[in-house]
Amino acid sequence: MACQGLQGGETVASLKRESESLRKKLEEERKKLSDIELNQVAEKIEVLGPLSIKTRRVLKGHGNKVLCMDWCKDKRRLVSSSQDGKVIVWDAFTLNKEHGVALPCTWVMACAYAPSGCAVACGGLDNKCSVFPLSLDKNENLSAKKKSVAMHTNYVSGCTFTSSDMQILTSSGDGTCALWDVESGQLLQSFHGHTADVLSLDLAPSETGNTFVSGGCDKKANIWDMRSGQNIQSFESHESDINCVKYYPSGDAFASASDDATCRFYDLRADREVAVYQKDSVIFGASTVDFSLSGRLLFAGYNDYTINVWDVLKGTRASILFGHENRVSRVRVSPDGTALCSASWDNTLRVSWAAYL
Amino acid sequence: MTIRNPLRDHGQRYRPRIACLKKVEKVLLEMQDLKTGVKSQPQRLVITTIPHAITGEDIISWLADRFQVDTQEARSFGSMLVALGYIYPLQDHKRLVIKPDASLYRFQTPYFWPTQQWPVEDTDYAIYLAKRNIRKKGILELHEQEHYNRLHKWMNHKWDFIVMQAKEQYRAAKERKKPDRVVFDCQERAYWVVHRPPPGTVSAMDYGLDRLIDPNADEMIFTQQSIMRPRVKSSVSIGALVKYCATYNSHDPFLSKCLPSNPWLTDDVTYWTLNMPYVEMPTKMRVERWTFSFAELLSDPRGRNDFRLFLKKEFSGENLAFWESCEDLKWGEAATMSEKAEHIYKTFLARGAPRWINIDGKTMEITVKGLKHPHRYVLDAAQTHIYMLMKKDSYGRYQKSPVFKETVKKAICPEEHHFTDAQLEQNAKKRRPSLSPIILRQMEQEQRAKMAATVDITQVMSKLSKQRKEAPPPPCPPPCPPPKK
Repeated sequence: MACQGLQGGETVASLKRESESLRKKLEEERKKLSDIELNQVAEKIEVLGPLSIKTRRVLKGHGNKVLCMDWCKDKRRLVSSSQDGKVIVWDAFTLNKEHGVALPCTWVMACAYAPSGCAVACGGLDNKCSVFPLSLDKNENLSAKKKSVAMHTNYVSGCTFTSSDMQILTSSGDGTCALWDVESGQLLQSFHGHTADVLSLDLAPSETGNTFVSGGCDKKANIWDMRSGQNIQSFESHESDINCVKYYPSGDAFASASDDATCRFYDLRADREVAVYQKDSVIFGASTVDFSLSGRLLFAGYNDYTINVWDVLKGTRASILFGHENRVSRVRVSPDGTALCSASWDNTLRVSWAAYL
Repeated sequence: MTIRNPLRDHGQRYRPRIACLKKVEKVLLEMQDLKTGVKSQPQRLVITTIPHAITGEDIISWLADRFQVDTQEARSFGSMLVALGYIYPLQDHKRLVIKPDASLYRFQTPYFWPTQQWPVEDTDYAIYLAKRNIRKKGILELHEQEHYNRLHKWMNHKWDFIVMQAKEQYRAAKERKKPDRVVFDCQERAYWVVHRPPPGTVSAMDYGLDRLIDPNADEMIFTQQSIMRPRVKSSVSIGALVKYCATYNSHDPFLSKCLPSNPWLTDDVTYWTLNMPYVEMPTKMRVERWTFSFAELLSDPRGRNDFRLFLKKEFSGENLAFWESCEDLKWGEAATMSEKAEHIYKTFLARGAPRWINIDGKTMEITVKGLKHPHRYVLDAAQTHIYMLMKKDSYGRYQKSPVFKETVKKAICPEEHHFTDAQLEQNAKKRRPSLSPIILRQMEQEQRAKMAATVDITQVMSKLSKQRKEAPPPPCPPPCPPPKK
């Protein structure tokens, strides 16, 4: 974050004015190529049929708020972490608990499954992110083989592996994101630019892409180049903290969820916001979002215990899911798109899917 | 830069983050409108009457009408109003939910709203508990008793003050008229249920951790760079987003049926078995996805293998091998990075390399220069060049090749399952765990070793046959420095 002193002839007021006028100019440039809106293009598309989504699996076992979860690439296992420091690996299909680790800290806000399915990463109020290799031996204490990888100066809010088990990307309450080498714990790259807590990040799905998006309490969503550490694009249209960001499956757009009760959709190539998902009756903050496999549906978890399902293209709400008895902290669609898992402060995780009549 | 917010204010002060509170207040005001708001009635207790009581069902129907939503959603919304403390239940006061029946509720007085300007301090809570204790000993519930003991311990230094305040408030309350006192007691009790929830009560004021940094700091932006940034016409980029949805619509299990069936729905895992990463015969749907984009083909291990087979037949397998090695370098361990870069150079880029790849002079120059000080992205330019080559040339030819056509012909199209209820029950009972990813990884590594061995033999054979036709290229020293030991 840059805190330069005033140069000769500048005052705080004049800097503010210059900053404002630059921002206006940026908006004008963006508008020049805005020759059509998403909902106009969407008029030609078929309306979605009635969605019937059932929630039939409930994963019970955490003794406290579940803060985060992540699917394994095998499409049925998942890892979840909670406020009391427990991290559990489940086979969501059979409801079996396969592994459990107890971290010495509380509020484990971030957890991720390694691409190989053989390790998990988690972190939170201990300001660290650690990687635990999983073992076939049920009696083995997973904490013994723990690798301490990331070290921030404040809580770790999000973490994810890159394409391999060897690197993790973390976001933190200290306002930065960082890329780490798992084996050595070395900091490979750090990303500065947010002026407040960074609450979420997501890696671009593209094969050649080396970018990721982050969102934070400064109401900004930033796109970063992993190689140079540079902030290459920034979007500031939310009115409150951004709790979660997630790429559209093609990698050319992303969605964000915010405390201002809206979810927004940003087109990266057009460099602008193209949709806002909101409704009069939805006034509580959105804490998490994820797309269905085709990108047509956006699942969003809210602080009023519900999950709203939005039609990404038409901007309307396609469905609403009830069932949780406290805030929904995380929603994630499984890797093959067959199911949605939602984690909540009501100590449970629920798995939902489409049913056909 | 961390600026600690010194006040633990439990969300009392209005902050942009708890934006919903201002919106809720607007709704509350509407609900209390004498003409258009929720109808209220007096509630008769034994001796007294509590005015302006409203029923759960009236609240729900008012909300359903106001927001044009169904009763389930209205009920959920109403429960949030109770969980935040704007409405409180007169019966069953520890459950902060709206019941869709004649249960009674009241609007909380603004004095006790969550957005008042003072924090919900433990001192106030201690005074409240002490006051109740004075009024009737033994009235505190178990969790309140625990809180009381804890507060008594660490606030011991000001306990005299607390008891004095409690006595004062108790005395002042006695001077009020009985109906007012009953109402105030209800309101105050409701307030504390929200801000110090009993075990098992879900209160919306439990908002988790404080976020630490105050986002009012001014910053220098990179706006000028952003202005110069190249962008695409909205019609083009939005068009692409919409097209993506349309392309993948039939592959999205939330929008179209999975064949044979969604394992979560029917408890039958055939779908997953047919779509294992390295299955011999892929499904038709899976093969169709390979035609959507080159990235799709490469990201599916089975698809990549098919492509690899095609390239082997064309003797251009080194392109894919190079690309894979570059990925391994980028995402691999930091410790082995220099070694890997060196190995890749020797295998693919050096003159006379066994699997030499064809890249243009400029890219080669940049790459070789970069290799003097190798870092994980040193091969980026070369990798992108090769990726584009495969995407624009090989990918197209692959889709027209006999290898692909053969795969398409043999691809499976499973019949849709039609289970009876009895069968579904059986399926649920027969759910079994699957092979652990740890075991699968071992198997995969064995597979890969096998594949590498087969490819190497072919390359050696082709090299030998070429050497019979032409003289071997002159040896030359590699320009990059030997690896540091």
